[in-house]
Amino acid sequence: MTAPRTLFEKVWASHVVSEEPGCPAVLYVDLHLVHEVTSPQAFSGLKSRGLRLRRPERTVATMDHSIPTRPGGLAMVDAQAQNQLRQLEANCTEFGVELHALGASTQGIVHVIGPELGLTQPGMTVVCGDSHTSTHGAFGALAFGIGTSEVEHVLATQCLLQSRPKTLEVRVDGALAKGTTAKDLILALIAKLGVGGATGHVIEYRGEAIRALDMEARMTVCNMSIEAGARAGMIAPDDVTIDFLEGLARVPQGEAWDRAVARWRALPTDEGAVFDRSVTIDADAIGPMITYGTNPGMGMPIGARLPRPEELSDPAARAQLEKALAYMGLRAGQPLLGKAIDVVFLGSCTNSRLSDLRQAAEILRKRKVAKGVRMLVVPGSAAVKRQAESEGLDRVFLEAGAEWREPGCSMCIAMNGDELTQGQYAVSTSNRNFEGRQGKGSRTFLASPLTAAASAIAGAVADPRPLL
Amino acid sequence: MPQFTSLKSRVIALPQADVDTDQIIPARFLKVTDKEGLGALAFHDWRYHEDGTPRPDFPLNLAESRGAQILLAGDNFGCGSSREHAPWALVGFGLRAVISTSFADIFRGNALKNGLLPVVVDAATHRALFEERGRDATLELSVDLATQTLSLPWGGSVTFPVDAFAKRCLLDGVDELGYLLGHEAAIARFEAERPT
Repeated sequence: MTAPRTLFEKVWASHVVSEEPGCPAVLYVDLHLVHEVTSPQAFSGLKSRGLRLRRPERTVATMDHSIPTRPGGLAMVDAQAQNQLRQLEANCTEFGVELHALGASTQGIVHVIGPELGLTQPGMTVVCGDSHTSTHGAFGALAFGIGTSEVEHVLATQCLLQSRPKTLEVRVDGALAKGTTAKDLILALIAKLGVGGATGHVIEYRGEAIRALDMEARMTVCNMSIEAGARAGMIAPDDVTIDFLEGLARVPQGEAWDRAVARWRALPTDEGAVFDRSVTIDADAIGPMITYGTNPGMGMPIGARLPRPEELSDPAARAQLEKALAYMGLRAGQPLLGKAIDVVFLGSCTNSRLSDLRQAAEILRKRKVAKGVRMLVVPGSAAVKRQAESEGLDRVFLEAGAEWREPGCSMCIAMNGDELTQGQYAVSTSNRNFEGRQGKGSRTFLASPLTAAASAIAGAVADPRPLL
Repeated sequence: MPQFTSLKSRVIALPQADVDTDQIIPARFLKVTDKEGLGALAFHDWRYHEDGTPRPDFPLNLAESRGAQILLAGDNFGCGSSREHAPWALVGFGLRAVISTSFADIFRGNALKNGLLPVVVDAATHRALFEERGRDATLELSVDLATQTLSLPWGGSVTFPVDAFAKRCLLDGVDELGYLLGHEAAIARFEAERPT
């Protein structure tokens, strides 16, 4: 009888091609997702060495980071972005890679379309030159971001050299209250662990509050694992996972589906398996969260007051908080509720799926975005956009005064002209509040789609619960 | 493959903790299609005024930083995005080693692949190095990869951990992709034996 193993250990062990003493494991990659920003130098590397793609059918590309979200195609972005997008197209043609290009019915943010098409499946290894690849862990896949050198390695060999990470169990007991979402849960966890708190670890999210989440909410949680420094985040597959996958375009069909499901059922962590570390949080104690500072760990309950540097004993932490408050133009001890904002961004690989749009629309229905506030709604994929339009969500957003855009990363990373101007404040459903992340000088409050929608109506940071 | 054996250099001190890769190189500069020329963009928004002139007080712009190859950085350096443009920019600026108490995982891997050595020291040594650098702007430190040692200005040295394979790659110029390509037979066998 084999020793009890964690979900991570099972997926890891089934992908080790070889492991020599003193060397990292050669780890097989089932699915390699590619986008325009982190791949050009990798394809150039292949060309200079005269290499081909080892498994083009395991490689899927999309355009998402620098594409326009206004209709009009490539002409809507600058020449450098156009060049990068054209290069992706040329590389995909030359190397035989499936590309979901701008305007395609299957195009979208890389971490939205992978799951949507059924490309992401339990037990797989999934990599992409993008740190939010952790999103795909929601399916019980081992999914993590890699650098461009590694993109080249995977293109050429379908493998990566990887040292085995440690495991961190995050057990979430209880249940999330109405008005509190998966986004609030993960922001609360990152605030607890800190932005480097899970470095070197793969998180497995467990517990009744996790089991109660639908797949899109699980993706939101896993997506932000990297913001605590984790290598990846995973959730064991269950009926929710299998129901979501059944019938999707790229999952196994017929008998192969039955065999796959049987394999997936064996993936959850065995009773008695040991994690290197464990953390428990109580979902009942979490309410809507918001960040106030310049990294995702600087978060607090929405009704709280900002921390005071003088309350921190560590001089480095004190200096960091002082710097963050100065950048954000905020005062120690002030509340954020009622803080006037300029922009609301609803989108990104964290919160741009149908359920996110539905939640925001529920609040915005028959209400108006406050005068002087600009709200961008950017669906995560062309499919999300179509589905939202078929439900009339676009009308809700437009009638409220928000902009309804084409799918892409948009203002999460501000590479395509969708950006805040110097000093502007945004409530954003994205994943990073770093200095300048949403445009040079931008000031970001990260929050859930519900909080974003409530804040859009108030024209200021607002608690969504009274509107539900 | 870029190599690294040892170096002795002045030190640029950047004490902020949790420096993310969006600060090391802002996303708007990621629309390039090659690796070259990013050194001028390293820490762009901290390093330059709005009009493009250098901020004279930013550590990279100080006179004593000219030619320095070592960055003494705060805890958890390189968190956030996976962009390899971050080490490309740091190496492009002329850096070859970063000293901190910890590094974000993806950044550490990316740095090693570009000949930029992450040197992890304990918190007390880290603090003392900042204090010493504060007293002596021309402080020089020596880093030796073969012995995994950082020589301390007050005498003695500390050792730092380096993954054995990464060390071999840096010292001997082992090509990681070449190593992986050498596993072709094992990869083919692995693929053939997988359940469908």
